[in-house]
Amino acid sequence: MISFHKNQKSAGSNADCDLDLRVTIAGVTLDNPVTTASGTFSAKESGAFYDINELGAVITKGVSLEPWDGNPTPRIAEAYGGMLNAVGLQNPGVDAFIRDELPYLKSFKTKVIVNVAGKTKDEYCRAVEKLSETDADMLEINISCPNIKEGGISFGADTAMAADITKAVKRISTKPILMKLTPNVTDIAEIARVVEAEGADGISLINTLLGMKIDIYKKKPVLWNRMGGLSGPVVKPVAVRMVYQVRRAVKIPVIGLGGIMTGEDAVEFFMAGADVISIGTAALVDPQAPVRIKRELIDFMKNNGYKNLQEIRDALL
Amino acid sequence: MTGVAPGILESKILGNEQIAREIYRMTLEYEGGENEIKPGQFVNLYLNDKSMILPRPVSICKVENNRLTLVYRVVGKGTEALSSYAPGDSIRVSTPLGNGYDVTDIARRLGTECTKTIVLAAGGLGVPPMIELAKSLRKAIAGTTDIPHAADSVNEAAPFLTVDMAAANKKLIAVIGFQDEVFLSEELEQYCDSVLVATDNGSRGFHGNVLELIKTAGDPGDYYLACGPKPMLKAVADYCVEKDIPIQVSLEERMGCGYGACVGCTCKIKEENDTEVPFKLKKVCKDGPVFRGNEVVWDD
Repeated sequence: MISFHKNQKSAGSNADCDLDLRVTIAGVTLDNPVTTASGTFSAKESGAFYDINELGAVITKGVSLEPWDGNPTPRIAEAYGGMLNAVGLQNPGVDAFIRDELPYLKSFKTKVIVNVAGKTKDEYCRAVEKLSETDADMLEINISCPNIKEGGISFGADTAMAADITKAVKRISTKPILMKLTPNVTDIAEIARVVEAEGADGISLINTLLGMKIDIYKKKPVLWNRMGGLSGPVVKPVAVRMVYQVRRAVKIPVIGLGGIMTGEDAVEFFMAGADVISIGTAALVDPQAPVRIKRELIDFMKNNGYKNLQEIRDALL
Repeated sequence: MTGVAPGILESKILGNEQIAREIYRMTLEYEGGENEIKPGQFVNLYLNDKSMILPRPVSICKVENNRLTLVYRVVGKGTEALSSYAPGDSIRVSTPLGNGYDVTDIARRLGTECTKTIVLAAGGLGVPPMIELAKSLRKAIAGTTDIPHAADSVNEAAPFLTVDMAAANKKLIAVIGFQDEVFLSEELEQYCDSVLVATDNGSRGFHGNVLELIKTAGDPGDYYLACGPKPMLKAVADYCVEKDIPIQVSLEERMGCGYGACVGCTCKIKEENDTEVPFKLKKVCKDGPVFRGNEVVWDD
């Protein structure tokens, strides 16, 4: 299921140096392990700052069956070493996405992983069904977003519900399925085990941590939605710990994310057991962060004698 | 945009001084020429203290001789830190972001007889972007007429400053409002035929708000450009819509990235020719911050 390329000579590798950055997850080979975290990448906007072909894969904003307006503003607040967002998964709906955005994304050599959101099991399944008929490379199921006000507890916070939704989308999908887990749980390894048991092809973690900020002078929450998802460097130790725990609980590939701001941060995730990493908040702070972090990762590997990603993953003592 | 590739630049601070209570003017070295910047655009400033990770969006006040002038208000810890940076320090600054005012549209209308008087309506921190806007409009007016300069006073370096506005039958008026302390009015006078000042407490100029002053001044404009607090923008936009006068407004919203990726700063826009939906959600940072005033759906 996971295979790191160990410097076989073939097209697609970084020919200008001895490094091999390729990684294959669920049968899909990425040129390099750098991807964009869902909700922080937009082809047109991000593409103004760097060549999208530089990325291993793009993971799109959450796409739902019907268009969603998201939350009223303010949707963004700063936190110490991070930020809170309560965008509420504003998106044009799966039909508009397939028609207007997917063809452009597929014009790059970068792999396309479409993030799917929903409020009910049926909504997830119907969106997955439509995306199965496209040339998307993989789907990532967001079962964790704490922003949506409907339904109370999120799918990903309950073992039985996480298992159920995994089973349902796997039955329908013709694409490899990544389940994106919420960190707002007591035992992340348990959730990881059940989604693996139900056939998930991989796991992404972590989504944002549920947080809140109060303006003490206005005496009210800063975000309209009151609560929002905490991301950025402040959450990195939590993310590294959870990637480490999940790596030891399951065999399927792990996409690690949460506060990666530098190439060295990325290395930490690989050592914890990630196969692929995603850049999120860093790209909002610095639009060129994904390509910078990739460059820094290459520099780290060169300076420290690593030839491929598997060597980094095996390095932790 | 040519010359400087979009991204973040390391820039030297040339000046950073207080010009009013809580109001500071920062001048930066900027390698991009003024032709690369549209009035109404903004830049992101990045703080040295990495615990404050989000950039601070600040509107562009003026671009001249490879110098970028920004005027900001100290409203929290981030802007407080900004105010402590000294000349000679370097600061990380984005290339210009957002869509500015549509000066081309105004230039086109100025070419016709029916658009004679342009009014810049601004309140508080909405005033700074009016400087670069007034300069651009002055150039547009100079460019749309054959009216000569008063012969004895041609400004060789900046001929648009001495074009005979009266002979051109065009007028540029600024109506600016403040809580109490007035700033940047002298700078505006450089480009405008007249600058009318209002203060909420009557400490200087007209005692009242911008719209009241516009009405008191005899409803002078046949094209309005506005920037300032939302209630003011809404009032001026409503006034213009009622009179069927074109208006462009610059909106403000809490931003994350500033370049359209995070979708944090949205506003509701009802496009004139769109009859299908009640409104569309647009990004203030990327689609705006300047929109047609008659297309904004104002939330209460």
